[in-house]
Amino acid sequence: MQNNTNLVYIYDGTLEGFLCCVYESYVRHEIPVQIRTEEDAGQPLLLEETEWIRTDMEHAGKIYESIDRKIALEAQDFIREAFLTCLPDKEIFMYRFIRMGYQYGRSVMDRLTDDTVGALIKAVRNLRRESHNFMGFVRFTIYDGVMVSCISPKNRVLPLLSDHFTNRYPDETFLIYDRTHQMAVVHKPEGTLLTAMHHLSLPPIDDAEKAYHTLWKCFQKTIAIEERHNPKCQMNHMPKRFWADMTEFES
Amino acid sequence: MDVLEKLAILTDAAKYDVACTSSGVDRSGQPGKTGSTVASGICHSFAADGRCISLLKVLMTNQCVYDCKYCVNRTSRDTQRTAFAPRELADLTINFYRRNYIEGLFLSSGVLKSPDYTMERMIEAIEILRTEYSFNGYIHVKSIPGADNSLIQRMGLLVDRMSVNIELPSEDSLGQLAPQKTPEAILRPMGLIRAGIEENKSDLVVYRHAPKFVPAGQSTQLIIGATPDSDHRILTLSEGLYKKYNLKRVFFSAYTPIVDDPMLPSLFSAPPLLREHRLYQADWLLRFYGFTANEIVDAKNPNMNLAIDPKCNWALRHLDQFPIEVSRASYERLLRVPGIGVLSARKIVQARRTCSLTFEGLRKLGVVLKRARFFVTCQGKVDEGVIIRPDTVLRGLLSKNDLRMLPAASGDQMTFLDVPDMARSLGGMPVNAYGYLPEKGTRENAKQYEFGIHI
Repeated sequence: MQNNTNLVYIYDGTLEGFLCCVYESYVRHEIPVQIRTEEDAGQPLLLEETEWIRTDMEHAGKIYESIDRKIALEAQDFIREAFLTCLPDKEIFMYRFIRMGYQYGRSVMDRLTDDTVGALIKAVRNLRRESHNFMGFVRFTIYDGVMVSCISPKNRVLPLLSDHFTNRYPDETFLIYDRTHQMAVVHKPEGTLLTAMHHLSLPPIDDAEKAYHTLWKCFQKTIAIEERHNPKCQMNHMPKRFWADMTEFES
Repeated sequence: MDVLEKLAILTDAAKYDVACTSSGVDRSGQPGKTGSTVASGICHSFAADGRCISLLKVLMTNQCVYDCKYCVNRTSRDTQRTAFAPRELADLTINFYRRNYIEGLFLSSGVLKSPDYTMERMIEAIEILRTEYSFNGYIHVKSIPGADNSLIQRMGLLVDRMSVNIELPSEDSLGQLAPQKTPEAILRPMGLIRAGIEENKSDLVVYRHAPKFVPAGQSTQLIIGATPDSDHRILTLSEGLYKKYNLKRVFFSAYTPIVDDPMLPSLFSAPPLLREHRLYQADWLLRFYGFTANEIVDAKNPNMNLAIDPKCNWALRHLDQFPIEVSRASYERLLRVPGIGVLSARKIVQARRTCSLTFEGLRKLGVVLKRARFFVTCQGKVDEGVIIRPDTVLRGLLSKNDLRMLPAASGDQMTFLDVPDMARSLGGMPVNAYGYLPEKGTRENAKQYEFGIHI
């Protein structure tokens, strides 16, 4: 293998595209120093050698399957989740993880003190925590029978949230819009769709809906015990960045 | 009275109940139904007092025939009374649930007319939710003391968790403050729920689709600080409840003075929040760390030391069992180290399969070494800069806040005498309790070290 110090792979931003980067690096016997998407690529730096990697489903499938065969089944889930995190340069960490996995097998998952594995595990834990938080903090407002929610997560939590809410409200129609990544999940009783969405404008809410907002605000305020007032503890559990989209804090 | 007013009154009357967890049962959603439950529980918001809001916690009614002295809803108190109609409550719950405000319902009630009548109204509301609205989310119900066995049985098949509040940890306290309730009225339904759960388990083996009886188990609540009951009494009672009644949780509620009565703390006394916190820490030690109540407090020292957490307190009294070697110690032994929790212990056990752990490695794992470094060795080595002597250990264990509460150490070495209760719990312990630290040269090292953590 040739360790090229200025080789950069550019891919299409999909998980399959990333897996093809791993495939190509083995076929070409070279190790990239960075793997980026087109948008992140911008102008190539001086002395940087960029290589565009075409996405081939068959190649991606081979690598994906090899992760189960040569590393572990959990490693497949782990890679899928790692791809959703907001870890900067997550691709190169994932690339190194897969290489290490081929070398060490299943035990790579136990190498918690390794910088690559450690960084990925931390990032995935952060993703799971954020997604768990949103399972509670997502607020639906109902417009004509359609439940709509807007969020601004750091990680790409939508695929995880989609599973949770689809399971919870199988017969409802709902939409969750992720402003940060300009994506949305739309669920109808017939099926669920994850799609790109650049803008969402909503009509004003009706009186029945307003009444529930008032009831909820009343409950949220009344349930607190004054003698135990502790805003710091409240913010530790529910940082302010979540408040903007929560019904109880709207003015 | 409109629903908003009722909600305000019946929430306000329910807020002193601490339990608000939606945990203990994993139930997937089903086509045709609304809702699911998650084993870990989900917090949907946090109130201004920092407590989690998971369930719609309200009373069916705040009218009550009982006159328990510590209670906001006691019959002799002059306050506005109201009640939800069963359908009103079901509508409110399902509409909050669809908007993802809540994980489900937590229903309790004052006793209206009779315990049986009250239970019947609660069952009616929950039946509307479960059958008419196909609600599949979490429901926690507080069983009414004195209700008929058949009603408890019916309720158990509708809800996820059922609880009976013990409130006062001893018969004496109960007799003084809640003369209309007897221990029998509290323990009978608890026994009944336990029996129901066990019977249901064997039914489920035979019939896979047998209806589930209280699948998330039962819990209870004890009021802290309203009566002179000691921590020892509270913790041995909790331990007994976990063992004998298979309770999932025992909750502690710091008594907030709401009623002026000569038998209770005055209206101006603050709720004993620190004591409540220490009791929860001890409760965790009982449930997840393999401790027994008598290891935490005993008849001789019936109350915990509030200045220091119960695990540290235990470790300081058993310095002869430390330090432990992280690369070899069993999971159970790791759990005994102050600062190492369930997650850290698991990570250590996992990581040491592939490499030998150093203090640097432990930090990378995310193990917080602030306290743990005084109690562990890595490959036989102590962490850099650590001098293990009772006084330095003690200093290292206390938080900045704790230290501020102590009398100024004025540059002198701090001794255990400075910490209230500490002298007692450590009485007679030799300075060089660890045995492996050389007596010579300690002083110099100690100075160097103290410089590092000077407050």
